[in-house]
Amino acid sequence: MSFWNFWTDPIGVADAWLRGLFAGWGMPEFWVSLLVSLIGIVVLVVFALVLDIMLVWVERKVVARFQGRLGPNRVGPFGLFQPFPDIVKLIIKEDITPAGADKVVFNMAPVISAMSVIILWAIFPLAARVYGTDLNVGVLYLIAAGAFGTLSVIMAGWSSNNKYALLGAFRSVATMISFEIPLVVTLLIPVVITGSMSLKAISEAQINSVPFFLVAPLAFLIFLISAIAELGRSPFDLNEGESEIVSGFHIEYSGMKFGWFYAGELLHSYTVGGLMGILFFGGWGWFGLEKVLPWLDTPFFGAISVLGKALIGYWIIMWIKYTVPRIRIDHMLAFNWKFLTPLSFALLMVMAVVHSLLKEQALWIYVPAMFLSNILVGWVTLEILRNNARQQRDAVKTPEPVAQH
Amino acid sequence: MPDATQVMFFLSAALILVSAVLVVTVRNLIHAALWLIATLFGVAMLYVLLEAGFLAVVQVVVYIGAIAIMFIFAVMLTRRDLLSQSPQTNANWPVALGVSALALVGIAYIVRGFVFSLERTPAPLTGDTLQMLGEALTSPSLFVLPFEVASVLLLAALIGSVYLAWNKK
Repeated sequence: MSFWNFWTDPIGVADAWLRGLFAGWGMPEFWVSLLVSLIGIVVLVVFALVLDIMLVWVERKVVARFQGRLGPNRVGPFGLFQPFPDIVKLIIKEDITPAGADKVVFNMAPVISAMSVIILWAIFPLAARVYGTDLNVGVLYLIAAGAFGTLSVIMAGWSSNNKYALLGAFRSVATMISFEIPLVVTLLIPVVITGSMSLKAISEAQINSVPFFLVAPLAFLIFLISAIAELGRSPFDLNEGESEIVSGFHIEYSGMKFGWFYAGELLHSYTVGGLMGILFFGGWGWFGLEKVLPWLDTPFFGAISVLGKALIGYWIIMWIKYTVPRIRIDHMLAFNWKFLTPLSFALLMVMAVVHSLLKEQALWIYVPAMFLSNILVGWVTLEILRNNARQQRDAVKTPEPVAQH
Repeated sequence: MPDATQVMFFLSAALILVSAVLVVTVRNLIHAALWLIATLFGVAMLYVLLEAGFLAVVQVVVYIGAIAIMFIFAVMLTRRDLLSQSPQTNANWPVALGVSALALVGIAYIVRGFVFSLERTPAPLTGDTLQMLGEALTSPSLFVLPFEVASVLLLAALIGSVYLAWNKK
Protein backbone atom coordinates (compact mmCIF):
# COMPACT_ATOMS: atom_id res chain seq x y z
CA MET A 1 0.00 0.00 0.00
CA SER A 2 2.78 2.46 0.87
CA PHE A 3 4.46 1.59 -2.43
CA TRP A 4 1.27 2.52 -4.27
CA ASN A 5 1.06 5.70 -2.14
CA PHE A 6 4.57 6.65 -3.20
CA TRP A 7 3.84 6.23 -6.88
CA THR A 8 0.54 8.09 -6.81
CA ASP A 9 1.76 10.93 -4.60
CA PRO A 10 5.60 10.96 -4.59
CA ILE A 11 5.89 14.60 -3.51
CA GLY A 12 3.45 14.19 -0.63
CA VAL A 13 5.20 11.05 0.65
CA ALA A 14 8.66 12.64 0.34
CA ASP A 15 7.42 15.79 2.07
CA ALA A 16 5.93 13.84 5.00
CA TRP A 17 9.07 11.68 5.28
CA LEU A 18 11.42 14.71 5.27
CA ARG A 19 9.34 16.56 7.86
CA GLY A 20 9.32 13.48 10.10
CA LEU A 21 13.08 13.04 9.63
CA PHE A 22 13.99 16.65 10.49
CA ALA A 23 11.57 16.76 13.41
CA GLY A 24 13.14 13.50 14.62
CA TRP A 25 16.52 15.27 14.71
CA GLY A 26 15.02 17.71 17.21
CA MET A 27 14.74 20.67 14.86
CA PRO A 28 12.28 23.46 15.76
CA GLU A 29 9.10 23.62 13.66
CA PHE A 30 10.14 26.88 11.91
CA TRP A 31 13.46 25.49 10.66
CA VAL A 32 11.85 22.24 9.53
CA SER A 33 9.35 24.04 7.32
CA LEU A 34 12.02 26.46 6.07
CA LEU A 35 14.37 23.61 5.16
CA VAL A 36 11.62 21.55 3.51
CA SER A 37 10.53 24.62 1.50
CA LEU A 38 14.12 25.26 0.40
CA ILE A 39 14.53 21.64 -0.68
CA GLY A 40 11.21 21.93 -2.53
CA ILE A 41 12.40 25.04 -4.37
CA VAL A 42 15.68 23.40 -5.37
CA VAL A 43 13.88 20.25 -6.57
CA LEU A 44 11.38 22.30 -8.59
CA VAL A 45 14.08 24.43 -10.27
CA VAL A 46 16.28 21.42 -10.99
CA PHE A 47 13.27 19.60 -12.43
CA ALA A 48 12.49 22.58 -14.70
CA LEU A 49 16.10 22.82 -15.86
CA VAL A 50 16.51 19.08 -16.48
CA LEU A 51 13.31 19.25 -18.49
CA ASP A 52 14.91 22.17 -20.34
CA ILE A 53 17.87 19.98 -21.34
CA MET A 54 15.50 17.50 -22.93
CA LEU A 55 13.59 20.34 -24.62
CA VAL A 56 16.76 21.13 -26.59
CA TRP A 57 16.53 17.66 -28.08
CA VAL A 58 12.76 17.98 -28.68
CA GLU A 59 13.18 21.35 -30.39
CA ARG A 60 16.02 20.19 -32.65
CA LYS A 61 14.31 16.93 -33.55
CA VAL A 62 10.95 18.57 -34.30
CA VAL A 63 12.41 21.40 -36.36
CA ALA A 64 14.34 18.83 -38.36
CA ARG A 65 11.14 16.90 -39.07
CA PHE A 66 9.33 20.07 -40.13
CA GLN A 67 12.16 20.85 -42.52
CA GLY A 68 12.44 17.32 -43.90
CA ARG A 69 15.70 16.50 -42.10
CA LEU A 70 16.58 13.82 -39.57
CA GLY A 71 17.88 16.00 -36.77
CA PRO A 72 20.30 14.78 -34.10
CA ASN A 73 20.68 11.00 -34.50
CA ARG A 74 24.29 10.10 -33.57
CA VAL A 75 24.61 10.42 -29.78
CA GLY A 76 22.48 7.84 -28.03
CA PRO A 77 19.21 6.30 -29.25
CA PHE A 78 17.39 8.77 -31.55
CA GLY A 79 20.10 11.29 -30.68
CA LEU A 80 18.59 11.51 -27.22
CA PHE A 81 21.90 12.38 -25.54
CA GLN A 82 22.76 15.14 -28.04
CA PRO A 83 21.99 17.95 -25.51
CA PHE A 84 24.83 16.78 -23.23
CA PRO A 85 27.64 17.33 -25.76
CA ASP A 86 25.88 20.62 -26.59
CA ILE A 87 26.11 21.68 -22.95
CA VAL A 88 29.74 20.60 -22.62
CA LYS A 89 30.53 22.61 -25.74
CA LEU A 90 28.69 25.68 -24.41
CA ILE A 91 30.47 25.45 -21.05
CA ILE A 92 34.01 25.04 -22.36
CA LYS A 93 33.57 27.72 -25.03
CA GLU A 94 35.39 30.98 -24.39
CA ASP A 95 33.13 33.51 -22.73
CA ILE A 96 33.69 36.75 -24.60
CA THR A 97 32.66 40.10 -23.16
CA PRO A 98 32.98 42.80 -25.83
CA ALA A 99 35.47 45.56 -25.01
CA GLY A 100 32.84 48.31 -25.20
CA ALA A 101 30.21 46.41 -23.24
CA ASP A 102 28.77 47.51 -19.94
CA LYS A 103 30.16 44.50 -18.08
CA VAL A 104 27.86 44.21 -15.06
CA VAL A 105 24.65 44.76 -17.03
CA PHE A 106 25.93 42.51 -19.82
CA ASN A 107 26.50 39.63 -17.42
CA MET A 108 23.28 40.17 -15.48
CA ALA A 109 21.01 40.05 -18.54
CA PRO A 110 21.16 36.25 -19.18
CA VAL A 111 20.59 35.58 -15.48
CA ILE A 112 17.49 37.77 -15.38
CA SER A 113 16.30 36.21 -18.63
CA ALA A 114 16.47 32.69 -17.20
CA MET A 115 15.06 33.89 -13.88
CA SER A 116 12.00 35.43 -15.53
CA VAL A 117 11.11 31.98 -16.86
CA ILE A 118 11.98 29.88 -13.80
CA ILE A 119 9.92 32.04 -11.43
CA LEU A 120 6.85 31.12 -13.50
CA TRP A 121 7.21 27.57 -12.13
CA ALA A 122 6.57 28.86 -8.62
CA ILE A 123 2.84 29.09 -9.32
CA PHE A 124 2.61 26.26 -11.84
CA PRO A 125 0.02 23.83 -10.37
CA LEU A 126 1.14 20.31 -11.32
CA ALA A 127 -1.65 18.61 -9.38
CA ALA A 128 -4.25 19.35 -6.75
CA ARG A 129 -1.61 19.30 -4.00
CA VAL A 130 1.63 19.72 -5.96
CA TYR A 131 2.48 23.36 -6.59
CA GLY A 132 5.05 25.87 -5.40
CA THR A 133 2.59 28.36 -4.05
CA ASP A 134 -1.05 29.21 -4.68
CA LEU A 135 -1.09 32.97 -5.22
CA ASN A 136 -4.47 34.64 -5.26
CA VAL A 137 -3.00 37.01 -7.87
CA GLY A 138 -1.47 34.21 -9.97
CA VAL A 139 -2.55 35.55 -13.34
CA LEU A 140 -1.07 38.98 -12.65
CA TYR A 141 2.10 37.30 -11.40
CA LEU A 142 2.55 35.77 -14.87
CA ILE A 143 2.48 39.26 -16.39
CA ALA A 144 4.87 40.56 -13.73
CA ALA A 145 7.32 37.76 -14.53
CA GLY A 146 7.07 38.73 -18.20
CA ALA A 147 8.16 42.25 -17.26
CA PHE A 148 11.52 40.83 -16.16
CA GLY A 149 11.85 39.06 -19.51
CA THR A 150 11.41 42.38 -21.31
CA LEU A 151 13.89 43.96 -18.92
CA SER A 152 16.53 41.30 -19.62
CA VAL A 153 16.18 41.82 -23.38
CA ILE A 154 16.64 45.58 -23.00
CA MET A 155 19.63 45.09 -20.71
CA ALA A 156 21.26 42.65 -23.14
CA GLY A 157 20.59 44.84 -26.16
CA TRP A 158 21.85 48.03 -24.60
CA SER A 159 24.89 46.70 -22.75
CA SER A 160 26.30 44.81 -25.74
CA ASN A 161 27.31 48.11 -27.37
CA ASN A 162 26.23 46.79 -30.74
CA LYS A 163 23.86 48.46 -33.18
CA TYR A 164 22.15 45.22 -34.17
CA ALA A 165 21.69 44.21 -30.57
CA LEU A 166 20.09 47.56 -29.79
CA LEU A 167 17.81 47.31 -32.83
CA GLY A 168 16.78 43.85 -31.73
CA ALA A 169 16.04 45.12 -28.23
CA PHE A 170 13.92 47.97 -29.62
CA ARG A 171 11.89 45.60 -31.73
CA SER A 172 11.55 43.19 -28.88
CA VAL A 173 10.27 45.84 -26.48
CA ALA A 174 7.82 47.14 -29.07
CA THR A 175 6.47 43.62 -29.55
CA MET A 176 6.33 42.73 -25.88
CA ILE A 177 4.68 45.95 -24.74
CA SER A 178 2.02 45.89 -27.42
CA PHE A 179 1.13 42.18 -27.30
CA GLU A 180 0.97 42.30 -23.52
CA ILE A 181 -2.41 44.05 -23.85
CA PRO A 182 -4.38 41.32 -25.67
CA LEU A 183 -2.54 38.77 -23.53
CA VAL A 184 -3.71 40.39 -20.29
CA VAL A 185 -7.24 40.86 -21.59
CA THR A 186 -7.58 37.23 -22.66
CA LEU A 187 -6.08 36.10 -19.35
CA LEU A 188 -8.91 38.04 -17.72
CA ILE A 189 -11.53 35.86 -19.42
CA PRO A 190 -10.80 32.68 -17.37
CA VAL A 191 -10.58 35.01 -14.37
CA VAL A 192 -14.05 36.41 -15.10
CA ILE A 193 -15.48 32.92 -15.56
CA THR A 194 -13.84 31.51 -12.42
CA GLY A 195 -14.00 34.55 -10.21
CA SER A 196 -10.42 33.97 -9.08
CA MET A 197 -6.93 34.83 -10.29
CA SER A 198 -5.34 31.75 -8.76
CA LEU A 199 -4.18 29.21 -11.34
CA LYS A 200 -5.16 26.42 -8.98
CA ALA A 201 -8.72 27.75 -8.63
CA ILE A 202 -8.95 28.15 -12.42
CA SER A 203 -7.86 24.51 -12.91
CA GLU A 204 -10.30 23.29 -10.28
CA ALA A 205 -13.16 25.23 -11.85
CA GLN A 206 -12.46 23.51 -15.15
CA ILE A 207 -12.24 20.06 -13.58
CA ASN A 208 -15.60 20.65 -11.88
CA SER A 209 -17.30 21.91 -15.06
CA VAL A 210 -15.72 21.83 -18.54
CA PRO A 211 -12.33 22.94 -19.91
CA PHE A 212 -12.41 26.60 -20.84
CA PHE A 213 -11.47 26.10 -24.48
CA LEU A 214 -15.09 24.98 -24.93
CA VAL A 215 -16.32 28.09 -23.14
CA ALA A 216 -13.91 30.59 -24.67
CA PRO A 217 -12.32 29.22 -27.87
CA LEU A 218 -11.65 32.68 -29.31
CA ALA A 219 -9.97 33.79 -26.09
CA PHE A 220 -7.72 30.73 -26.35
CA LEU A 221 -6.76 31.64 -29.93
CA ILE A 222 -5.96 35.25 -29.01
CA PHE A 223 -3.99 33.99 -26.01
CA LEU A 224 -2.00 31.64 -28.23
CA ILE A 225 -1.16 34.40 -30.76
CA SER A 226 -0.18 37.02 -28.21
CA ALA A 227 1.77 34.47 -26.14
CA ILE A 228 3.80 33.55 -29.22
CA ALA A 229 4.48 37.24 -29.76
CA GLU A 230 5.54 37.62 -26.12
CA LEU A 231 7.90 34.69 -26.58
CA GLY A 232 9.41 36.39 -29.61
CA ARG A 233 9.00 33.27 -31.69
CA SER A 234 8.23 33.16 -35.40
CA PRO A 235 6.14 34.71 -36.99
CA PHE A 236 6.92 37.44 -34.44
CA ASP A 237 10.67 36.82 -34.13
CA LEU A 238 11.64 40.26 -35.40
CA ASN A 239 13.76 40.75 -32.31
CA GLU A 240 16.03 37.99 -33.59
CA GLY A 241 15.62 38.39 -37.33
CA GLU A 242 18.69 36.33 -38.34
CA SER A 243 18.59 37.60 -41.90
CA GLU A 244 18.53 41.32 -41.04
CA ILE A 245 19.93 41.94 -37.58
CA VAL A 246 21.82 38.66 -37.09
CA SER A 247 19.93 37.33 -34.05
CA GLY A 248 19.37 40.68 -32.41
CA PHE A 249 19.81 41.26 -28.72
CA HIS A 250 21.99 38.22 -27.99
CA ILE A 251 24.39 38.74 -30.91
CA GLU A 252 27.39 39.45 -28.63
CA TYR A 253 26.77 36.56 -26.25
CA SER A 254 28.77 33.36 -26.49
CA GLY A 255 29.18 30.19 -24.49
CA MET A 256 26.91 29.54 -21.55
CA LYS A 257 25.66 33.15 -21.45
CA PHE A 258 24.09 32.56 -24.85
CA GLY A 259 23.06 29.17 -23.51
CA TRP A 260 20.97 30.81 -20.80
CA PHE A 261 19.08 32.89 -23.36
CA TYR A 262 18.51 29.82 -25.52
CA ALA A 263 17.51 27.60 -22.60
CA GLY A 264 15.29 30.37 -21.25
CA GLU A 265 13.50 30.68 -24.58
CA LEU A 266 12.86 26.94 -24.84
CA LEU A 267 11.68 26.63 -21.25
CA HIS A 268 9.52 29.73 -21.70
CA SER A 269 7.82 28.18 -24.74
CA TYR A 270 7.21 24.96 -22.82
CA THR A 271 5.90 26.90 -19.82
CA VAL A 272 3.53 28.92 -21.99
CA GLY A 273 2.33 25.62 -23.45
CA GLY A 274 1.66 24.49 -19.90
CA LEU A 275 -0.18 27.71 -19.11
CA MET A 276 -2.43 27.08 -22.09
CA GLY A 277 -3.13 23.65 -20.60
CA ILE A 278 -3.81 25.10 -17.16
CA LEU A 279 -5.93 28.06 -18.28
CA PHE A 280 -7.91 26.50 -21.12
CA PHE A 281 -7.53 22.70 -21.10
CA GLY A 282 -8.39 21.76 -17.57
CA GLY A 283 -5.06 21.78 -15.70
CA TRP A 284 -4.35 18.43 -14.09
CA GLY A 285 -7.72 16.95 -15.08
CA TRP A 286 -8.12 14.28 -17.73
CA PHE A 287 -11.21 15.82 -19.41
CA GLY A 288 -13.63 14.00 -17.12
CA LEU A 289 -11.86 10.65 -17.53
CA GLU A 290 -10.64 10.85 -13.94
CA LYS A 291 -14.24 10.49 -12.73
CA VAL A 292 -14.45 7.08 -14.43
CA LEU A 293 -10.92 5.96 -13.57
CA PRO A 294 -10.22 7.22 -10.04
CA TRP A 295 -6.52 6.28 -10.21
CA LEU A 296 -6.07 9.11 -12.74
CA ASP A 297 -7.13 11.55 -10.03
CA THR A 298 -3.81 11.20 -8.15
CA PRO A 299 -0.97 13.75 -7.96
CA PHE A 300 1.31 11.59 -10.13
CA PHE A 301 -1.11 11.29 -13.04
CA GLY A 302 -2.22 14.90 -12.54
CA ALA A 303 1.37 16.01 -13.08
CA ILE A 304 1.61 13.78 -16.15
CA SER A 305 -1.54 15.43 -17.51
CA VAL A 306 -0.18 18.96 -16.97
CA LEU A 307 3.25 18.15 -18.41
CA GLY A 308 1.69 16.33 -21.35
CA LYS A 309 -0.59 19.26 -22.13
CA ALA A 310 2.44 21.53 -21.85
CA LEU A 311 4.28 19.36 -24.36
CA ILE A 312 1.34 19.51 -26.78
CA GLY A 313 1.14 23.30 -26.37
CA TYR A 314 4.89 23.53 -26.95
CA TRP A 315 4.52 21.40 -30.05
CA ILE A 316 1.81 23.75 -31.38
CA ILE A 317 4.09 26.73 -30.78
CA MET A 318 6.92 24.97 -32.63
CA TRP A 319 4.54 23.95 -35.41
CA ILE A 320 3.63 27.61 -35.95
CA LYS A 321 7.22 28.77 -35.56
CA TYR A 322 8.63 26.50 -38.25
CA THR A 323 5.71 26.88 -40.67
CA VAL A 324 4.87 30.59 -40.76
CA PRO A 325 7.38 33.11 -42.15
CA ARG A 326 8.35 36.23 -40.22
CA ILE A 327 6.03 39.23 -40.67
CA ARG A 328 7.05 42.84 -41.13
CA ILE A 329 7.19 45.09 -38.07
CA ASP A 330 4.49 47.55 -39.20
CA HIS A 331 2.20 44.65 -40.09
CA MET A 332 2.86 43.15 -36.69
CA LEU A 333 2.05 46.35 -34.80
CA ALA A 334 -1.02 47.06 -36.94
CA PHE A 335 -2.17 43.46 -36.40
CA ASN A 336 -1.93 43.96 -32.68
CA TRP A 337 -3.31 47.47 -32.24
CA LYS A 338 -5.97 47.46 -34.94
CA PHE A 339 -7.10 43.85 -34.72
CA LEU A 340 -6.15 41.82 -31.64
CA THR A 341 -6.54 44.55 -29.02
CA PRO A 342 -10.03 45.75 -30.04
CA LEU A 343 -11.12 42.16 -30.62
CA SER A 344 -9.94 41.03 -27.19
CA PHE A 345 -11.67 43.96 -25.48
CA ALA A 346 -14.92 43.30 -27.34
CA LEU A 347 -14.67 39.61 -26.48
CA LEU A 348 -14.05 40.35 -22.82
CA MET A 349 -17.11 42.62 -22.65
CA VAL A 350 -19.38 40.18 -24.48
CA MET A 351 -18.24 37.24 -22.39
CA ALA A 352 -18.58 39.15 -19.12
CA VAL A 353 -22.17 40.08 -20.01
CA VAL A 354 -23.12 36.58 -21.19
CA HIS A 355 -21.45 35.06 -18.14
CA SER A 356 -23.27 37.29 -15.66
CA LEU A 357 -26.60 36.62 -17.40
CA LEU A 358 -26.23 32.84 -17.58
CA LYS A 359 -23.98 31.80 -14.69
CA GLU A 360 -26.97 30.52 -12.70
CA GLN A 361 -28.14 28.32 -15.59
CA ALA A 362 -27.38 24.66 -16.09
CA LEU A 363 -24.10 23.69 -17.72
CA TRP A 364 -25.77 22.54 -20.95
CA ILE A 365 -27.22 26.06 -21.49
CA TYR A 366 -24.23 27.99 -20.21
CA VAL A 367 -21.46 26.30 -22.21
CA PRO A 368 -23.15 26.42 -25.67
CA ALA A 369 -24.21 30.04 -25.05
CA MET A 370 -20.66 31.07 -24.16
CA PHE A 371 -19.28 29.11 -27.12
CA LEU A 372 -21.78 30.72 -29.51
CA SER A 373 -21.03 34.20 -28.17
CA ASN A 374 -17.37 33.55 -29.04
CA ILE A 375 -18.28 32.38 -32.52
CA LEU A 376 -20.52 35.43 -32.94
CA VAL A 377 -17.77 37.86 -31.94
CA GLY A 378 -15.37 36.11 -34.31
CA TRP A 379 -17.88 36.14 -37.15
CA VAL A 380 -18.71 39.85 -36.71
CA THR A 381 -14.98 40.62 -36.70
CA LEU A 382 -14.45 38.70 -39.91
CA GLU A 383 -17.45 40.46 -41.52
CA ILE A 384 -16.03 43.87 -40.58
CA LEU A 385 -12.64 42.88 -41.99
CA ARG A 386 -14.21 41.58 -45.19
CA ASN A 387 -16.22 44.77 -45.67
CA ASN A 388 -13.14 46.84 -45.03
CA ALA A 389 -11.12 44.87 -47.56
CA ARG A 390 -13.94 45.12 -50.11
CA GLN A 391 -14.07 48.89 -49.73
CA GLN A 392 -10.33 49.12 -50.22
CA ARG A 393 -10.52 46.89 -53.30
CA ASP A 394 -13.41 48.93 -54.73
CA ALA A 395 -11.51 52.16 -54.19
CA VAL A 396 -8.64 50.79 -56.25
CA LYS A 397 -10.90 49.10 -58.81
CA THR A 398 -12.91 52.17 -59.92
CA PRO A 399 -11.11 53.69 -62.90
CA GLU A 400 -10.20 57.31 -62.37
CA PRO A 401 -11.08 59.52 -65.34
CA VAL A 402 -7.79 60.93 -66.55
CA ALA A 403 -9.20 64.05 -68.14
CA GLN A 404 -10.71 65.27 -64.90
CA HIS A 405 -7.40 66.39 -63.45
CA MET B 1 16.94 38.23 17.93
CA PRO B 2 14.85 39.60 15.03
CA ASP B 3 12.32 37.25 13.51
CA ALA B 4 12.15 36.36 9.81
CA THR B 5 9.75 39.18 8.92
CA GLN B 6 12.03 41.75 10.49
CA VAL B 7 15.07 40.37 8.67
CA MET B 8 13.18 40.62 5.38
CA PHE B 9 12.03 44.12 6.27
CA PHE B 10 15.56 45.33 6.95
CA LEU B 11 16.85 43.70 3.77
CA SER B 12 14.20 45.31 1.59
CA ALA B 13 14.54 48.66 3.36
CA ALA B 14 18.30 48.57 2.77
CA LEU B 15 17.70 47.69 -0.89
CA ILE B 16 15.26 50.58 -1.29
CA LEU B 17 17.49 53.16 0.39
CA VAL B 18 20.78 52.15 -1.25
CA SER B 19 19.33 51.88 -4.73
CA ALA B 20 17.33 55.11 -4.32
CA VAL B 21 20.54 56.96 -3.45
CA LEU B 22 22.27 55.36 -6.43
CA VAL B 23 19.44 56.43 -8.77
CA VAL B 24 20.32 60.07 -8.23
CA THR B 25 24.09 59.71 -7.89
CA VAL B 26 25.21 57.39 -10.71
CA ARG B 27 26.42 59.14 -13.85
CA ASN B 28 25.03 56.74 -16.40
CA LEU B 29 21.35 57.31 -17.16
CA ILE B 30 20.64 53.66 -17.98
CA HIS B 31 22.27 52.59 -14.74
CA ALA B 32 20.10 55.12 -12.91
CA ALA B 33 17.02 53.58 -14.51
CA LEU B 34 18.16 50.07 -13.53
CA TRP B 35 18.72 51.20 -9.93
CA LEU B 36 15.25 52.73 -10.05
CA ILE B 37 13.95 49.28 -10.95
CA ALA B 38 15.77 47.87 -7.91
CA THR B 39 14.10 50.54 -5.74
CA LEU B 40 10.66 49.74 -7.12
CA PHE B 41 11.29 46.04 -6.60
CA GLY B 42 12.21 46.73 -2.98
CA VAL B 43 8.90 48.55 -2.54
CA ALA B 44 7.12 45.51 -4.00
CA MET B 45 8.93 43.38 -1.39
CA LEU B 46 7.58 45.68 1.33
CA TYR B 47 4.06 45.16 0.00
CA VAL B 48 4.58 41.40 0.16
CA LEU B 49 5.68 41.74 3.80
CA LEU B 50 2.49 43.71 4.47
CA GLU B 51 0.49 40.81 2.96
CA ALA B 52 -0.69 43.08 0.15
CA GLY B 53 0.04 40.59 -2.64
CA PHE B 54 -2.11 42.37 -5.18
CA LEU B 55 -0.32 45.70 -4.66
CA ALA B 56 3.06 43.95 -4.86
CA VAL B 57 2.31 42.31 -8.19
CA VAL B 58 0.70 45.46 -9.60
CA GLN B 59 3.77 47.40 -8.46
CA VAL B 60 5.96 45.10 -10.55
CA VAL B 61 3.60 45.05 -13.55
CA VAL B 62 2.99 48.80 -13.69
CA TYR B 63 6.21 50.33 -12.41
CA ILE B 64 8.82 47.83 -13.62
CA GLY B 65 6.94 46.36 -16.57
CA ALA B 66 5.64 49.60 -18.01
CA ILE B 67 7.04 52.80 -16.54
CA ALA B 68 10.68 51.81 -15.93
CA ILE B 69 10.89 50.07 -19.29
CA MET B 70 9.46 53.19 -20.95
CA PHE B 71 12.16 55.22 -19.15
CA ILE B 72 14.89 52.97 -20.49
CA PHE B 73 13.35 53.01 -23.92
CA ALA B 74 13.29 56.80 -23.98
CA VAL B 75 16.87 57.01 -22.70
CA MET B 76 18.08 54.53 -25.30
CA LEU B 77 16.49 56.58 -28.06
CA THR B 78 18.57 59.57 -26.99
CA ARG B 79 22.32 59.79 -27.42
CA ARG B 80 24.26 57.13 -25.57
CA ASP B 81 26.56 59.32 -23.50
CA LEU B 82 23.96 61.97 -22.90
CA LEU B 83 24.42 63.83 -19.62
CA SER B 84 27.16 61.51 -18.41
CA GLN B 85 29.70 64.36 -18.54
CA SER B 86 27.57 67.31 -17.52
CA PRO B 87 27.26 68.42 -13.87
CA GLN B 88 24.56 66.64 -11.90
CA THR B 89 23.13 69.76 -10.27
CA ASN B 90 21.99 73.06 -11.69
CA ALA B 91 21.63 76.58 -10.25
CA ASN B 92 18.44 75.68 -8.41
CA TRP B 93 20.02 73.24 -5.96
CA PRO B 94 19.69 75.53 -2.89
CA VAL B 95 15.94 75.84 -3.56
CA ALA B 96 15.62 72.07 -3.93
CA LEU B 97 17.56 71.60 -0.71
CA GLY B 98 15.21 74.00 1.08
CA VAL B 99 12.10 72.24 -0.21
CA SER B 100 13.49 68.83 0.75
CA ALA B 101 14.39 70.10 4.23
CA LEU B 102 10.84 71.46 4.60
CA ALA B 103 9.41 68.12 3.51
CA LEU B 104 11.65 66.31 6.01
CA VAL B 105 10.49 68.62 8.81
CA GLY B 106 6.88 68.09 7.78
CA ILE B 107 7.22 64.30 7.77
CA ALA B 108 9.01 64.40 11.12
CA TYR B 109 6.20 66.57 12.51
CA ILE B 110 3.57 64.08 11.37
CA VAL B 111 5.50 61.03 12.51
CA ARG B 112 6.54 62.33 15.95
CA GLY B 113 3.36 61.14 17.65
CA PHE B 114 3.50 57.60 16.26
CA VAL B 115 4.19 54.68 18.53
CA PHE B 116 6.31 52.15 16.68
CA SER B 117 5.42 48.92 18.31
CA LEU B 118 4.54 45.48 17.04
CA GLU B 119 1.64 45.31 19.48
CA ARG B 120 -0.12 47.99 17.48
CA THR B 121 -0.09 45.97 14.27
CA PRO B 122 -3.70 45.59 13.10
CA ALA B 123 -5.01 42.05 12.95
CA PRO B 124 -4.48 40.54 9.49
CA LEU B 125 -7.54 40.63 7.24
CA THR B 126 -9.46 37.41 7.04
CA GLY B 127 -10.90 36.18 3.78
CA ASP B 128 -9.90 36.90 0.21
CA THR B 129 -8.36 40.39 0.30
CA LEU B 130 -8.40 40.56 -3.48
CA GLN B 131 -12.14 39.98 -3.58
CA MET B 132 -12.65 42.58 -0.85
CA LEU B 133 -10.60 45.08 -2.85
CA GLY B 134 -12.62 44.39 -5.99
CA GLU B 135 -15.91 44.74 -4.17
CA ALA B 136 -14.75 47.97 -2.51
CA LEU B 137 -13.81 49.44 -5.89
CA THR B 138 -17.17 48.64 -7.48
CA SER B 139 -19.56 49.12 -4.59
CA PRO B 140 -21.61 52.36 -4.81
CA SER B 141 -21.36 52.93 -1.07
CA LEU B 142 -17.55 52.75 -1.16
CA PHE B 143 -15.13 53.80 -3.89
CA VAL B 144 -16.97 53.45 -7.20
CA LEU B 145 -17.00 57.22 -7.80
CA PRO B 146 -13.25 57.81 -7.33
CA PHE B 147 -12.62 54.69 -9.39
CA GLU B 148 -14.74 55.95 -12.27
CA VAL B 149 -13.23 59.46 -12.03
CA ALA B 150 -9.76 57.93 -12.28
CA SER B 151 -10.80 55.94 -15.34
CA VAL B 152 -12.26 59.06 -16.99
CA LEU B 153 -8.99 60.85 -16.28
CA LEU B 154 -7.02 58.03 -17.91
CA LEU B 155 -9.39 58.01 -20.87
CA ALA B 156 -8.86 61.76 -21.28
CA ALA B 157 -5.09 61.23 -21.21
CA LEU B 158 -5.45 58.47 -23.79
CA ILE B 159 -7.56 60.61 -26.13
CA GLY B 160 -5.20 63.54 -25.62
CA SER B 161 -2.16 61.51 -26.60
CA VAL B 162 -3.93 60.11 -29.65
CA TYR B 163 -4.91 63.67 -30.65
CA LEU B 164 -1.33 64.91 -30.25
CA ALA B 165 0.09 62.06 -32.28
CA TRP B 166 -2.64 62.21 -34.93
CA ASN B 167 -1.28 62.80 -38.38
CA LYS B 168 -3.43 65.64 -39.71
CA LYS B 169 -3.41 65.54 -43.46
